[in-house]
Amino acid sequence: MQKILNKRIILTILVLGLLYGSIQNLIVQGKLNPYYEINLLLIGINIMMAVSLNLINGFTGQFSIGHAGFMAVGAYTSAVLTVKLQQPFPLAILAGSLAAALIGFLIGLPTLRLKGDYLAIATLGFGEIIKVVFVNIEYVGGASGLSGIPHITTWNWVFFLTAFTVVFIKNFINSTHGRACISIREDEIAAETMGINTTKYKVMAFTIGAFFAGAAGALYAHYFYIIQPNTFNFLKSIDYLVMVVLGGMGSITGSVLAATALTIISALLQRFAEIRMVIYALLLIVIMLFRPQGLMGNKEFSLSILERLGRGEKHGSVSSK
Amino acid sequence: MEDLLIFLQQLINGISLGSIYALIALGYTMVYGIIKLINFAHGDIYMVGAYVGFFAITKLNMSFIPALLTSMVLCSILGIIIERMAYKPLRNATRIAALITAIGVSLLLEYGGMLIVTPQPRAFPEVFPQTKISFFEGKVYMTNQQLVIFAVTLILMVLLQFIVYKTKTGKAMRAVSFDKDAALLMGININNTISATFAIGSALAAAAGVLVGIYYTSISPLMGIIPGLKAFVAAVLGGIGIIPGAVVGGFLMGIIEALVSGYGASTWRDAVAFGILILILIIKPSGIFGANIREKV
Amino acid sequence: MKLSKKVALILVLAFLVTIAGGCGGSKPAPAPAPAPAPEKPKEILIGANFELSGNVATFGISAVNAIEMAFAEINAGGGVNGIPLKLVKVDNKSDTGEATNVATKLITQDKVVALLGPVTSTNVLGAVPVATQYKVPLITPTGTNPKITVDDSGKTREWAFRTCFIDPFQGFVGANFAINTLKAKTAAIFIEKNSDYAKGLAEVFEKTFTEKGGKIVAKEYFVTEDKDFRATLTKIKAANPDVLYVPSYYEQDGLIAKQARELGYTKPIVGADGWDSEKLLQIAGAKALQEVYFTNHYSPQDTDPKLVKFVENYKAKYGSVPDALAALGYDAAYILADAIKRAGAPEPAKIKDALAATKGFVGVTGSVSIDDKHNPVKGAVIITFDKDGKQIFKEKVNP
Repeated sequence: MQKILNKRIILTILVLGLLYGSIQNLIVQGKLNPYYEINLLLIGINIMMAVSLNLINGFTGQFSIGHAGFMAVGAYTSAVLTVKLQQPFPLAILAGSLAAALIGFLIGLPTLRLKGDYLAIATLGFGEIIKVVFVNIEYVGGASGLSGIPHITTWNWVFFLTAFTVVFIKNFINSTHGRACISIREDEIAAETMGINTTKYKVMAFTIGAFFAGAAGALYAHYFYIIQPNTFNFLKSIDYLVMVVLGGMGSITGSVLAATALTIISALLQRFAEIRMVIYALLLIVIMLFRPQGLMGNKEFSLSILERLGRGEKHGSVSSK
Repeated sequence: MEDLLIFLQQLINGISLGSIYALIALGYTMVYGIIKLINFAHGDIYMVGAYVGFFAITKLNMSFIPALLTSMVLCSILGIIIERMAYKPLRNATRIAALITAIGVSLLLEYGGMLIVTPQPRAFPEVFPQTKISFFEGKVYMTNQQLVIFAVTLILMVLLQFIVYKTKTGKAMRAVSFDKDAALLMGININNTISATFAIGSALAAAAGVLVGIYYTSISPLMGIIPGLKAFVAAVLGGIGIIPGAVVGGFLMGIIEALVSGYGASTWRDAVAFGILILILIIKPSGIFGANIREKV
Repeated sequence: MKLSKKVALILVLAFLVTIAGGCGGSKPAPAPAPAPAPEKPKEILIGANFELSGNVATFGISAVNAIEMAFAEINAGGGVNGIPLKLVKVDNKSDTGEATNVATKLITQDKVVALLGPVTSTNVLGAVPVATQYKVPLITPTGTNPKITVDDSGKTREWAFRTCFIDPFQGFVGANFAINTLKAKTAAIFIEKNSDYAKGLAEVFEKTFTEKGGKIVAKEYFVTEDKDFRATLTKIKAANPDVLYVPSYYEQDGLIAKQARELGYTKPIVGADGWDSEKLLQIAGAKALQEVYFTNHYSPQDTDPKLVKFVENYKAKYGSVPDALAALGYDAAYILADAIKRAGAPEPAKIKDALAATKGFVGVTGSVSIDDKHNPVKGAVIITFDKDGKQIFKEKVNP
């Protein structure tokens, strides 16, 4: 086991490094069109959001639809630190993530007693409350938003934080804690009977998810010059939920693929201004009708999946029935 | 005395706003009760209903009642089509997949609607003249439209209770809602029952749409999003799946919003409404009227 | 442990897909500097960065419709200096991040020589840094926030222009009118919390009104999505102000006027150019519009053939009467075309200089000159309503 792990780590570092280097090279040489750079960064941020939401929705089986609220907390906290208090960017990201995690913890503690749709509506409510709170704080610009945020987020930041998010959540899932989370998704009562403290693990998943959403928010704020509460409305939360479901609940690679695909689709559809949302809506319906378990089901992307698909094997998801 | 009159006025404001939430919440709660689907498109059917009413009145020169009926009939057909095409294939899929589809349908109605009727708001014609009723030497006002909406909401609630508890269709609905497989074994046509639920729910939304058009005089393709969301919250507040619960939840939401706007800060209104919802959910997760069901192992 | 196998490969593949999707075809395009065209270009590309979906889509579509109409007219007349204009229209979803994204796309991908839009101030503020970075002029037809054209240190932003009033002017005119003509001593302000336009106007109104000895007795807020204002209006009515100032757009304004009158508030209501729409009358009804006044760019009794033609053509093309946003969008398009014509060549820097030098341009919203802060200087009029709800001219105010 130890040997495989080492090989894997080396391979990961090697290939990620190669990927990072080639893009970085393009940027340094000025060969990467700025528009592609924006979308590359957006893909990274969306991957962070989707993967962190998948930890809550897909792996732990808790139906949360207020993820944009945590992103808002991270974005605002970090922006206040850099704009108002002139603190360095790394500190701002850390503070934004921690603030989001704290809010996630505080919200998770009482609401995670709720189940299914009730939890969904409570998280939606909290997402809206977070938005309303920012609307009413004039210190951060109220409804018209906080402007003049320095443009610090770069490909470096996005790449390393996205990679970190994915690797961290991947490892978490494979740890004892992660297994406990999955057992809650599969059967909460059985998990409890097995001596798993379900509340503890639900709150843990919620807090970790919020933490990374906060980091994504901090990156977002420092790329787009201005943030306003309405950017983080419930439709934004729905966007991330769509990524998770489309990719497959409980599949990290699925979330990565779906976040990537949807960001690109959104960019491509900018040209078709009037019918953009109609196409998007039709796409959602059609994909769900033909593949309700998402692109990846709860499988991870690997070469052996092709083989299994070839045999037409059904996926084995029992999540959130 | 003066303060009391203002309070009374706020109460009237809240009840009339709440009637609208209640009307939309009724359809939400019926659909949820039977297939446990948060039908995100419900608010948009309400929008379609308003537009059908608008065109029936302005283009076909219908009067209020025929326009209302036309809108209800067309929307129930729309509801059935949506159910058959988008939701039925997903009946055995995960709930979240059905939810995403519902979001898709909602976006499709909103932006498809925008393509067809343009995004500009339209002014709803005045179908019956507005009269003002005042009390306490003109210090407290209400309009006949507010009365009509309030009355229609109550009548529809009673009618629904009657359908659900006294008719065969209603009995079938309750059976399907209770246990789909058992209902099937008892010879109930599940597909038709679910279609009937969607038809009734959509007709209610259409009625709400026409009434709101008359009440607020302005309709637009995105008008369904916020009331849809609020109505859903109202349905959960009252205990989702329970018909009087939806109405009480709707009134409660309306009154809370009016009082917060009138006495506190109007911009905190949504936060207070959602805060109360969360509190109620935590104290009594099944809503005010809901029965607590113990989970069996 | 099948999940954990080949994790590296998974990650890498995912990222490869990311990259492949993100920059497919980008490599052969090493962003050339805006090449000085030696020969006459086939068409002049103008970027339109507008809110075509999302919560303020109504505004964006109104403006973009008018711009498309203006471009069609210009091209029918032979284009600018004999070259037709082409609008590259892109949706920013009413989102600031998307507005930045779209501006970047229009400049670096489509190589437009000038940008029009967005309509709301916050979204404009997301696009202005991009225009500045790549040195392409940006005109917002309706972004009223002063910060759009002037940075925090008070310096004019070189590449950003607007063709609407900035907040201070209309708020100032409205307050003066309330004090001098309406003889108001107390006022209430009802502000759309999530609109920069409303907030800006309200702020200046409050400042001017109190400076001139008036008193603000109530200051309340609502959000754009609201339809029921009765609760807050009841509170405002209880404060009994001599005048109610509501600087928003006609859909909310109409409902507010109607509901305020229903609740028995009979004193004057003052608004700004957002009130200008034929829909206002249909929403509020003529009775509710008695004692309503608003500041505007032009009067409908104006029989200026340009304006009459614009209203007729817009109605014929889109089936509805143009609102203030359409009129301002239309003028922005013509002002840009005028600047390109005077610039002599469709090059961003020359267009920018020509825009800054705009003097006495006559559009449908009046005569426009651009000042050194890149704001238009134009007069205002005050409009009220007759018994049938028809707009009538009340008085004229010069800048």
